[in-house]
Amino acid sequence: MMKSFLLSALFAGMALTVPAAAQERVAIIGGRVVTNAGAPVDSAIVLMKNGEVERLLPPSSAVPAGYRQVDARNKWVTPGIVAGLSQIGIGEVAGEDNANDTRAGSSPASAALSVEVALNPADTAVAVSRVDGVTSAIVGAMSSRTVYNGQGSIISLADGVHTPIRGRAFQYVVYGEDGATRAGGSRSAAWIELTNGLEEARRLQAGHGGATRDQSRDLRLTREDAEALTLVLRSVQPLLVRVDRASDIRQVLKLKSMYPGLRLVLVSANEGWLVADEIAGAAVPVITLGMDNLPGRFEMLGATLSNVGRMVAAGVTVALGTPDLDGSFQPRLLPQYAGNMVAQARLPGAVGLSWDQAFAAISKVPADIFGLSDMGRLTPGARGDVVIWSGDPLELSSKAEQVFIGGVQQPMDSRQMKLARRYRPGVTGELPPGYRR
Amino acid sequence: MRRMVKPTLLLAAGLLAGCATTSTPVAVAPVAPLSSEVSPETVFGSTYKPLPGVATVIRNVTIFDGKGGRVDNGAVRFEGGKVAAIGAGVSEAGATVIDGGGRFVTPGIIDIHSHLGNYPTPSVRAHQDGNEVTGPVRPEVWAVHAVWPQDPGFTRALAGGTTVLHVLPGSANLFGGRGVTLKNVWGRTAQDMVMPGAPWSLKMACGENPKRVYGSRNQMPGSRMGNVAVMRQTWANAQAYKAGMGKPGNKRDLAMETLVGVLDGRILVQNHCYRADEMVNIVAMSKEFGYKVTAFHHAVEAYKIADFLAKEGICAAMWADWWGFKMESYDGIQENLPYFHAAGGCAITHSDDAHGIQRLNQETAKALANGRRMGVAIRDEEAWTWVGINPAKALGIADKVGSLEPGKQADVVLWNGNPLSVYSRPEKVWIDGALVYDTADPARRPVSDFELGQPGEGDRK
Repeated sequence: MMKSFLLSALFAGMALTVPAAAQERVAIIGGRVVTNAGAPVDSAIVLMKNGEVERLLPPSSAVPAGYRQVDARNKWVTPGIVAGLSQIGIGEVAGEDNANDTRAGSSPASAALSVEVALNPADTAVAVSRVDGVTSAIVGAMSSRTVYNGQGSIISLADGVHTPIRGRAFQYVVYGEDGATRAGGSRSAAWIELTNGLEEARRLQAGHGGATRDQSRDLRLTREDAEALTLVLRSVQPLLVRVDRASDIRQVLKLKSMYPGLRLVLVSANEGWLVADEIAGAAVPVITLGMDNLPGRFEMLGATLSNVGRMVAAGVTVALGTPDLDGSFQPRLLPQYAGNMVAQARLPGAVGLSWDQAFAAISKVPADIFGLSDMGRLTPGARGDVVIWSGDPLELSSKAEQVFIGGVQQPMDSRQMKLARRYRPGVTGELPPGYRR
Repeated sequence: MRRMVKPTLLLAAGLLAGCATTSTPVAVAPVAPLSSEVSPETVFGSTYKPLPGVATVIRNVTIFDGKGGRVDNGAVRFEGGKVAAIGAGVSEAGATVIDGGGRFVTPGIIDIHSHLGNYPTPSVRAHQDGNEVTGPVRPEVWAVHAVWPQDPGFTRALAGGTTVLHVLPGSANLFGGRGVTLKNVWGRTAQDMVMPGAPWSLKMACGENPKRVYGSRNQMPGSRMGNVAVMRQTWANAQAYKAGMGKPGNKRDLAMETLVGVLDGRILVQNHCYRADEMVNIVAMSKEFGYKVTAFHHAVEAYKIADFLAKEGICAAMWADWWGFKMESYDGIQENLPYFHAAGGCAITHSDDAHGIQRLNQETAKALANGRRMGVAIRDEEAWTWVGINPAKALGIADKVGSLEPGKQADVVLWNGNPLSVYSRPEKVWIDGALVYDTADPARRPVSDFELGQPGEGDRK
């Protein structure tokens, strides 16, 4: 069986890395199709082959032979949700230190840390997020000894996929109150720790040794940290900086002129609307929850649900994400948060997003921020990450019904779904629930 | 709960989960002084005075009445702070008439589990007033003594349609202290917000939090065994105290006064508890000592014992989908609310969160959709009982609020669309018949003292 698969794959000239199921040709027929490249198309046909979106056919076209037909009439068909920043795959139970890899405060390493080595495709959150339409995720750790959280990954949530889309995809820094606390107590300490890391990397890159020059022991990075940061200076990795206060955002934007070529991305930016023109002028994108409208810290007194809308109106590229591993804000709920951005636009005096903008903020925009031009859209050649929804995907009454990742239809099952079935009202049996699987 | 992720707030945030209520309205006995001449419940009672309102009719609306009913193309009239009429053919005589244009009206949302005021924003150290973490048995403390009325969170909750909220102590302690029911109005003091006639509650907690907090100090309780042992001993002490009350030489004990209030049925037990097995243990203990658990809060595994809790007449206050943030939430499912409802239980959507309290309509809608996916048929208006009459029952205020019925307090929300849609928000909110929030009028939106002069002051947040 396996031999014949290999042979046929070879004869077909296919890369062996494409799983067998991805070779299936699928036609999703009759749904309202959101492409993220133009307005939604009603009753269109989405063709997938080789794990990719092949093309869209106009309504009532004939479906070519050899495609499995999937009926999506009265449904919505969209690119899968891309979690803009999350801890999927590294955070089984937030409250149990042994059961998550989001924090490494006792390690001497910081920027060199990489979630890639910790990723667990069997993390319950992978399937739990997938059945609700999340098909890929940006994954970042949450803390370390320094302002540098380390390197994050971009993962597919496909069942049975064990390698990330990008293992060492970005570097993640925390500035503001939290960064200050880690660096010694003040923002000026955090700024020195942040820039010292980049300076050490620059010296290392220039052949000056880096990390070994004469300086205070406490400021010295490990050689591994400095090496990791050269990836940022060489524009291989974007530098994500978590920052909220308007004045802190202005300070962080200075990094762009200090380090030419730096691919700066702001995270959270809860007061971004106060400096939206400057963020837009620096062409720096933002990843934020979008839902924080309370002055939870003094660095976010200006937090408002209009933040995202105002930044986008000023020309800032904004994706939604869930930067904290958290019971209340979860990646699978990103469509709800996007829906709230639409709701905000409908209130007098408030600013939100159009539906198209809001959906893009949880699919195409996060992909764009990381240069993944084949993710978050249904255009020829894009990854076959497609979700069929019972209705408007941003609406609370809608559920994901079928999920394809890389062209492969995914199991609509998770540990939580199994619990829900075990205890479904009216289900009884001779034996107690422990025997129901 | 979410602040578990922030080390400086671990204590505060990791401990926020609380619980407890009753499924039937509780007749509140007249407050009698215990052993002092002046009742503390009077001294620290309500100074709330409703704002002035006018006779108002909202017509041409769909109404979810809060007790499971629905009126299409109907109207509601309120005057003198009370609901006067609901349905078709409501008199408009002498009233300000608002044409709802096919939009929706509901009673104001009731959140049975909040820490607004005692864990206010900003979440600085000085504001951590929700847990008296100096001992696992602290029934003598009262949440009302720590509620900061300038918490900006009250205004956000109002913009989300929440008109009544129950503020509880946290869950660090087995006996956390007394909770208080507030009207969500701007007040100079917490007492200006206290809902007149609402019973006090006792916050209790089982599970991970108490044993972690005290076990890590090498104190009892350090295990779930210790949790139950300390609780049982405390109830035994309360019974003995009650038997000795009024006898010469017995000093007042403020902790015991709260517990006697529970044994007498005047104070309602709101019990934080996640796991099914632990909830059943708590019920057993309540039978041993002769008191009633009114509601379990969080109740992440209520779905596993829905039949048991329904039979016991104990409500369950739940999140729509919080899950996995700690071990005792690992079995959280998105169908908890609808399953509990389907079993005949008194299901309540609660927040325990300054963000969640702004969107309890959305949390209800999500749970409803997840239930329907699993084949549980519940009507929209039926689901509104989870933020309507059910939390009112569990707070002992179902005779006053929780549904739109003639004679009840006119806590009313006009929504700009179906409140179970993600795209809808409150357009106008009335409390006791007074217009206290209006999207169309910035002068009808409160701004806390704290936010005055800060960035975004008066912004539509």
